[in-house]
Amino acid sequence: MTDIDTTAADAAAASAAATPASAPAAEPEVKNLTLSKAINLGLRQAMLDDPKVLLMGEDIGPLGGVFRVTEHLHAEFGGNRVLDTPLAESGIIGSAIGLAMRGFRPVIEIQFDGFIFPGFDQITTQLAKQTYRHEGNQSYPVVIRVPYGGHIGAVEHHQESPEAYFAHTAGLRVVSPATPHDAYWMIQEAIRSNDPVMFFEPKSRYWQRGEVQLDAGTAVHMHRSRVVRTGTEVTLIGHGAMVATLLQAAEIAAGEGTSVEVIDLRSISPIDYAPIIESVQKTGRVVVAQEAPQNVSVGSEIAATIAERAFYSLEAPVLRVSGFDTPFPPAKLEKQYLPDADRVLEAVDRALAY
Amino acid sequence: MLADAAPIQLLAPDGTLVRNAANEEFLPRIEALDDARLIEFHRQMVVVRRFDIEAGNLQRQGQLALWIPSLGQEGAQVGAGYAARPQDHIFPAYREHAVARIRGVDPMRIIEMLRGLSHGGWDPKAHGNLHLYTLVIGSQSLHATGYAMGVALDGSSGTGDVEKDEAVLVFFGDGATSQGDVSESFVFASSYQTPQVLFLQNNHWAISVPVERQSRTPLYLRSQGFGIPSWQIDGNDVLASYAVTATALDSARTGQGPRFIEALTYRMGAHTTSDDPTKYRQNDELAYWGARDPISRFETYLRARGAGDDVFADIAREAEDLAADVRTRTLELVDPPTGKIFDNVYSDPHPVIEQQRAWLDAYERSFEGTEG
Repeated sequence: MTDIDTTAADAAAASAAATPASAPAAEPEVKNLTLSKAINLGLRQAMLDDPKVLLMGEDIGPLGGVFRVTEHLHAEFGGNRVLDTPLAESGIIGSAIGLAMRGFRPVIEIQFDGFIFPGFDQITTQLAKQTYRHEGNQSYPVVIRVPYGGHIGAVEHHQESPEAYFAHTAGLRVVSPATPHDAYWMIQEAIRSNDPVMFFEPKSRYWQRGEVQLDAGTAVHMHRSRVVRTGTEVTLIGHGAMVATLLQAAEIAAGEGTSVEVIDLRSISPIDYAPIIESVQKTGRVVVAQEAPQNVSVGSEIAATIAERAFYSLEAPVLRVSGFDTPFPPAKLEKQYLPDADRVLEAVDRALAY
Repeated sequence: MLADAAPIQLLAPDGTLVRNAANEEFLPRIEALDDARLIEFHRQMVVVRRFDIEAGNLQRQGQLALWIPSLGQEGAQVGAGYAARPQDHIFPAYREHAVARIRGVDPMRIIEMLRGLSHGGWDPKAHGNLHLYTLVIGSQSLHATGYAMGVALDGSSGTGDVEKDEAVLVFFGDGATSQGDVSESFVFASSYQTPQVLFLQNNHWAISVPVERQSRTPLYLRSQGFGIPSWQIDGNDVLASYAVTATALDSARTGQGPRFIEALTYRMGAHTTSDDPTKYRQNDELAYWGARDPISRFETYLRARGAGDDVFADIAREAEDLAADVRTRTLELVDPPTGKIFDNVYSDPHPVIEQQRAWLDAYERSFEGTEG
């Protein structure tokens, strides 16, 4: 193979890669991992499974990415599988499209949510439409990983939730894991998908630990929403980092005598409505929560669809709890901007009051 | 902008071969071409020009939504198109009708696209590795660069065997050079030393905006700041286009990194059939470039080499036949089935697409048996 990356860092990587990788046998079936490490392991497994999988992005090589999600992968797989790219998002996505045409399965890391927009054109007008334009003659298995959302006290453009833009675009699949276990399996499924997948990683949860079961029988499906807590009076729906907030709200509500069901969407496009409709038919009351601004959002879409499909089950209008329709504020105001358990519970109370 | 730095030229506008220090490295490539090959160059230029005119007429008669003329650019396109080897991969913009035909794309596929029956849809692998037209200006430059990165990663370039090593050829225009994507493709191509040639047809107009608005310096210089060697050529000289592109592709395929070519040519027609160039450009410019037509100079050259009237009559007949065939087949085209709306949005099954397909199908069926 031609060595496409000739930077000095690769010399070290090449010698490291020459060392035989230790056999993956004797792995415990269950690991306690951070969400970040779970994605790292999922990426590694995908790269072991398919030599056409390669990683591309800014600072993802020897550094391991600014969140260290790709840590050690450059050393293990070398610079031809883990490409530190020039600092140009459109260039990364556009060249990934060409690599996909060639038969590769590029997995891109966008450094932060708010940095995706220089690549927005290549994602929405090129990547998303290539399969259609080619009438199915070629597939575009490109995964775009995007650390997203607030709660990390960062500067402008580092805390946004832009997922709705991509859910609005035909040709893309949009998912977001909420737990380390889901993240481990969903990233592998996203890479196996023959379609472009926007993989939104809840960066405020990167360091949260959880059990990850490595047995293939425990694999989750990225497009299947799931009930993570059962309840009878109100249904809470969210994705990504919001799921933990909803569980927290449900716990508080339980203490106050209200039984709340929580659904983790996992997938934003397409949305798996079966568990949602089933839940609504039971509870009759729904609160959809998201960090993103409210106008024309994922929550709005879910509210409209519930109204269409479960109108006679509803005891109250579907309520949305969102970020405000403002730019993401300076970080010292993020607590007031981002929906927390109290804001969710305020909506629960309103729903129950109908 | 009529007077650029002396571009590489092998055939002067009067049809005589040029020999000078700047072009001598390219002359052997021309000397290696036999008469049959040279006549093939001419045949392709003439036939595609006739096709282009017919397609424009079809648009005016309401048969096409739009036509994108290639008039005047046949020299640049035919030379570059024949310079590519069979194993090469070509990313066009949207005006490269001659390149498409050389690589085996039925002109009807382009007609169908501009009639509104498809967005392209041909399989590049079955059509001489010619990728689809890209309408967003400059976007394809990055796809080509990524593809070329893949060629290198596959070890399909740089072995030193020019009969097997693959290269990528991407076309764009002078307007595209202002797009960020084209600059980013220079960055990536240079950084990864991709096996590719970036081919700029500077036809001097981006719809109504002259090239001076895109660049204050000759565009062939653009890539040099990125570390990519470049040439400026007479784009209306099919021999220069062939020889320089072939040289550049062989450099790229053998592992010497990317190359950039600026072909100076001229869009003799409108940008598209929606355009009106009389609003923004002068007749003296048309006269200047008309005197530098790629086809008439090449005919003079071929006649001087001994090609007789029969050769040109035969080519003219083929051009008329193709035009008539395209007209006939265009009038026979039928609209695609409604279901095509939903086909191939995704490669893997997708529930929303199938729900909406079923809904539209049921909706349309609900009218069955009712008055039109």
